[in-house]
Amino acid sequence: MRFFQQKQHPHLSSYLAITVISAILLTLSACGDSDNNDNTSNNDATYDITVYNLTNGQPFTPLGIVVHDSAYMPWQLGETVTMGLETLAESGDPSAFLTEANADSAVVMSTSSSNGPFGPGNSETVSITVDHAASLQLTVASMLANTNDAFTGIRNWNIGELAVGDSVSTMARVYDAGTEANNETAGSMPGPAAMGEGFNVVRDDLDRLAVHSGVVTADDGLLTSALNESHRWLGQAAKVMVTRTQ
Amino acid sequence: MTGNTRSTARNGFRKHSLALALAGLTTAFAASATQAATWDVTITNLTNGNHFTPLLVTAHDHDTHLFQVGMPAALPIEHMAECGHLDPLLATPEVGAIDADTIANPATGLLAPGASTTAMLVTTETHLSVVAMVLPTNDAFLGLESQHIPNEAGTYTYYVNAYDAGTEANDEVLMTAGACSYTDSGMMPGAPGMDAGTNGTGVATADSNAMIHVHRGVLGDQDTAGGNSDLDSTIHRWQNPVAKITVTVTP
Repeated sequence: MRFFQQKQHPHLSSYLAITVISAILLTLSACGDSDNNDNTSNNDATYDITVYNLTNGQPFTPLGIVVHDSAYMPWQLGETVTMGLETLAESGDPSAFLTEANADSAVVMSTSSSNGPFGPGNSETVSITVDHAASLQLTVASMLANTNDAFTGIRNWNIGELAVGDSVSTMARVYDAGTEANNETAGSMPGPAAMGEGFNVVRDDLDRLAVHSGVVTADDGLLTSALNESHRWLGQAAKVMVTRTQ
Repeated sequence: MTGNTRSTARNGFRKHSLALALAGLTTAFAASATQAATWDVTITNLTNGNHFTPLLVTAHDHDTHLFQVGMPAALPIEHMAECGHLDPLLATPEVGAIDADTIANPATGLLAPGASTTAMLVTTETHLSVVAMVLPTNDAFLGLESQHIPNEAGTYTYYVNAYDAGTEANDEVLMTAGACSYTDSGMMPGAPGMDAGTNGTGVATADSNAMIHVHRGVLGDQDTAGGNSDLDSTIHRWQNPVAKITVTVTP
């Protein structure tokens, strides 16, 4: 209403007045669409993302979640990882990983789960709402806390073509970030089995991303390991389920 | 799918067959969802040194789950995973008795490393589950979980993980006498390769993950007369997948 009063202001030239009125009409017209839908865009899509911890002895750190299109590439096997992913894989803190994502023009939104780490047999669900596009992809990453630099996750998973009510799930393998030697010592792993160091900027491993070969543990002969056989896993460590609810 | 709904579907099929015979309906109608298909389901043991107990191969609808990874194991799954017993599963409404699309024990016994067996199902259903215990373990089982099977003719291949039922400590100690019971707190019921040790003192206490989860593998050791484990670390370990399942669909 303030703009309508302005249009009647005596000091405005007629040209300006017409311009302003045109702009107002365009603005009102654009607003009208959302007003008809109770202020929610009819293009919103809501996804419930659930990660199940399928390990026996590895707490998962808070989930780093990124929704994006195919131009975003969070990691690639055989390549070095970013500082943000190194931080996530060594300390469990996803914030630097998410900051990097937000700087990428292909990223629609990013978030993390808010309930802290979650252990074997537990799951964590995060609900996100974004503007729908058929090109939407999902990336999720979480550290296995009782390791030097192992993380599980999925990347570039197509979710944009899910219809409302559809649910899909996939299994996630474990990666070795390749940024920290897998010595399994108590001083080098942040999880409850060790309570040691998290992130360290030194890269003293192969410095390329690999499929993780698993932990060795003291029970299998690595006597300096703070881990035991209960901390092992084989291949896949997580199930990721996505349900589109809107 | 419950037994009741299942029989409804079968009755529906019979009615359609009757209608076809009497009225000579069009091909399009004959291809409706109740048309039975034949599934030749071949299971191959991909492990180096593990046997599979008698397999359960069953077709069902999309709402039926014998088990779900990340969820607790139902009691009949615990019986299967700890002792290889299938009778409790065959008594559930989800599976029902042995019939045209529920086959038990197609290998007529254990399935050895490298061996294959085929179960032929005739079914109007859409999803397939396959389970069997992995020996020698405490409660490992191979599981194909409610897999959708296309209705187009063809051969479809699935690779299957070993899961831990989450119901028994992985102590890796072999039973030396008595019958296997799901109420045992530990103990593996048998090592069919006759390649296990004795007098293991026990590897692990109860699982930290009480849900069905990806099995972390067995540890084993190289002490055949003692040590923690009765398993042999050079024979009884595996990597996933542990089984290959091919389904050849003939509509």
